[in-house]
Amino acid sequence: MNQLPVVFSTITLILLLSACGGNSAPTADSSGTPPKSMLEDPNSYDPRRGEGKFTAEMLNLSNQLDATMVASGETIQGVKCAACHKLTEERLVGPGWKGVTTRRNPEWIMNFITNPDPMIEKDPEVRAQLELCLVRMPNQNLTDAEARDVLEFMRKNDGVK
Amino acid sequence: MKNSIIKLTFAGLFIAALLGGCKPKNMSTAVSGDMAAKAYVAPGQYDEYYNFVSGGFSGQMSVYGLPSGRLLRVIPVFSVDPEKGWGYSEETKPMLNTSHGFVPWDDLHHTEMSQTNGEIDGRWVFGNGNNTPRVARIDLTTFRTTEIIELPNSGGNHSSPFITENTEYVVAGTRFSVPADNANGDVPINTYKQNFKGHISFISVDKDNGEMDLAFQIQCPGVNFDLSHAGKGKSHGWFFFSCYNTEQANSLLEVNASQKDKDFIMAVNWKKAEEYIKAGKGKNVPVSYAHNTWDEKTHTAKSEIKKEVLVLDSKELQDICYMIPCPKSPHGCDVDPTGEYIVGSGKLAALIPVFSFDKLQNAIATKTFDGEYEGIPVIKYEAALHGEVQKPGLGPLHTEFDGKGNAYTSFFVSSEVVKWNIKDLTVLDRVPTYYSIGHLCIPGGDSKKPSAKYLIAYNKITKDRYLPTGPELAQSAQLFDISGDKMQMILDFPTIGEPHYAQACPAALIRDKQVKIFKIAENMHPYVSKGETETGVTRDGNKVHVKMSSIRSHFAPDNIEGVKMGDEVYFHITNLEQDWDVPHGFSIKGANNAELLIMPGETTTLKWVPDRVGIFPMYCTDFCSALHQEMQGYVRVSPAGSKVPLSWSLGKNGPDPVQ
Repeated sequence: MNQLPVVFSTITLILLLSACGGNSAPTADSSGTPPKSMLEDPNSYDPRRGEGKFTAEMLNLSNQLDATMVASGETIQGVKCAACHKLTEERLVGPGWKGVTTRRNPEWIMNFITNPDPMIEKDPEVRAQLELCLVRMPNQNLTDAEARDVLEFMRKNDGVK
Repeated sequence: MKNSIIKLTFAGLFIAALLGGCKPKNMSTAVSGDMAAKAYVAPGQYDEYYNFVSGGFSGQMSVYGLPSGRLLRVIPVFSVDPEKGWGYSEETKPMLNTSHGFVPWDDLHHTEMSQTNGEIDGRWVFGNGNNTPRVARIDLTTFRTTEIIELPNSGGNHSSPFITENTEYVVAGTRFSVPADNANGDVPINTYKQNFKGHISFISVDKDNGEMDLAFQIQCPGVNFDLSHAGKGKSHGWFFFSCYNTEQANSLLEVNASQKDKDFIMAVNWKKAEEYIKAGKGKNVPVSYAHNTWDEKTHTAKSEIKKEVLVLDSKELQDICYMIPCPKSPHGCDVDPTGEYIVGSGKLAALIPVFSFDKLQNAIATKTFDGEYEGIPVIKYEAALHGEVQKPGLGPLHTEFDGKGNAYTSFFVSSEVVKWNIKDLTVLDRVPTYYSIGHLCIPGGDSKKPSAKYLIAYNKITKDRYLPTGPELAQSAQLFDISGDKMQMILDFPTIGEPHYAQACPAALIRDKQVKIFKIAENMHPYVSKGETETGVTRDGNKVHVKMSSIRSHFAPDNIEGVKMGDEVYFHITNLEQDWDVPHGFSIKGANNAELLIMPGETTTLKWVPDRVGIFPMYCTDFCSALHQEMQGYVRVSPAGSKVPLSWSLGKNGPDPVQ
């Protein structure tokens, strides 16, 4: 894919964006209604936090891993994530997970995996990823607790003890 | 012109009607002003009603939005549907099993939505199979057929699947009487009168999960049971069946079953039947029929052949059945929202008789009878009659109600809908239909609480209504606004198959309880792959089981080798997506069945028997992402006895490095 001419990618991206939302059409999120974010000021997007219900205060991560959550997160990862994401840095359908918890804030990760569609529209780095991957990350309907377990597993994958 | 009810005499009337004053006006005069705006639903907006329309000889049920007339879905029911893999996937094949084996088609005539306290509750919709007698239940959280039950002792399940006011029972009356299944059926056809019986079936419905059970049958005289409706309110506990061919003809029915001035509406006291069953008066009779159920946890159907049915004899047991004389081969048999009035539509009659439930009860109490028909008391016509609508039109078929004291009857021969007042029997309005209406529908129009904003006419003849498409045309339906005193046509829309009866309900009853995905964690399919690590290929003799997953945009595994001639390959595909509206498809070259269409979180199986050695591509058939065209794979088929080992992979390009 990376041999493809940039022109092609760009055209595809434009097609994608116009087909999937752009500035005026509603996003096909799972509720079937235009996301609230479409009505808000586009400049209010915070690229460090992402968009969704999670904030740094809510997460309040400990320095130590919770082994039960890690185990649960690994199982969920096998069912809902592994088809597209390797645990190394290598890109499959989407980017590899190695280092993700150092590249992104935990609340950004939590928001992105529970609320991907609005963030694919707004987050500059996600948009850049989409240009590379060409597949919108699906909403895998993770519960809040499942997302938190996945985050714990990502932390373990990045070397947190 | 598809229904056998049409008679030669009838055709004469039809021509006369067309030539006479009943000729429908042309479209430009029939539609006026801002009528079209009433059917307009702006892009992105939802319709106000769901409309569940029988697909007739397509065997399926279609779902339209009203008032737009937009087709929302075709639910496969009794006929195979390669588009959805219905009847082709291993999981769905048992749904179409019968005592005759796998039957890939039927003729779905009527739809009926489940009710609680006589009101549509939006839980299930039932459909009848007319040819190989069956009743199906569709779950309205998934819009899928989840149960089909076959009916023994029956031929042509037409007066079905009408229900009681709390969905206690779905009924099914045989249109073609036949010898009972356990009797010797090898008899001369002209011994109809001695040997042929008409069975009506009462199927109980579990009030929590909807599961059907053939509770009992009533053996009745050999006639043609045509349509039916349950009593409601004061008449709850009774069921009414129209019947024709009380002449008991077995040939040239269009003449020989039209001899008598009156046939019957049979009133059945099903509460009394329940008492007789409790008292042990039923007989268990050996039969064979299929009961097919869909399990949403395993995403798989099972078919069970049942061997016995409880039968009550209408001749032996008094007080269950009564015959009400009804003019000229009654077709529709409709009960008004109060439960007091029963409208019979003699399809060859030039009047509509309306019977009174109170008068019927009185006639029974005072034994105001006019002899017997095959052991069943015949009520004196006038004793049960509320009155007759005089000269309403020609060829009345069916009646629906608006809950405001009015009835709306379809007239095939004079091609119109006539609105009339139930109490005083006066005609209030009439509108032409295009052309020759059969059934009609008002949302909730056969329930205690109609939502009478619209009326839909389902027509039997299309002719020039749409751009022509050769000799075969789409069927034609028309939508009328009935909110005012006068009915006004606001839309024409084409329909699939041949619509017969249809039902509709406010969208709010159904819209917000839709299943959007199947949770992968709850998937109990024996070959589920919960993640790519669980995928793989195993051999069991000549059976090769491929556990495969799909997610945007690849299958795992996507390269399979070691399949040999003589093998049967089962692709068990799990869609790992957990997002709404992301099905994946699956197909493989040369598969002599169909594709699979796998919903998020579901596992579905395609059987494939390779017929030649070579490389076989497989691919995703449902556009899923920008890389959908990349969602493909290969299966290598080697000769029988080949030493190529069974292997599978994903992402392994090029040959293995030499060790």
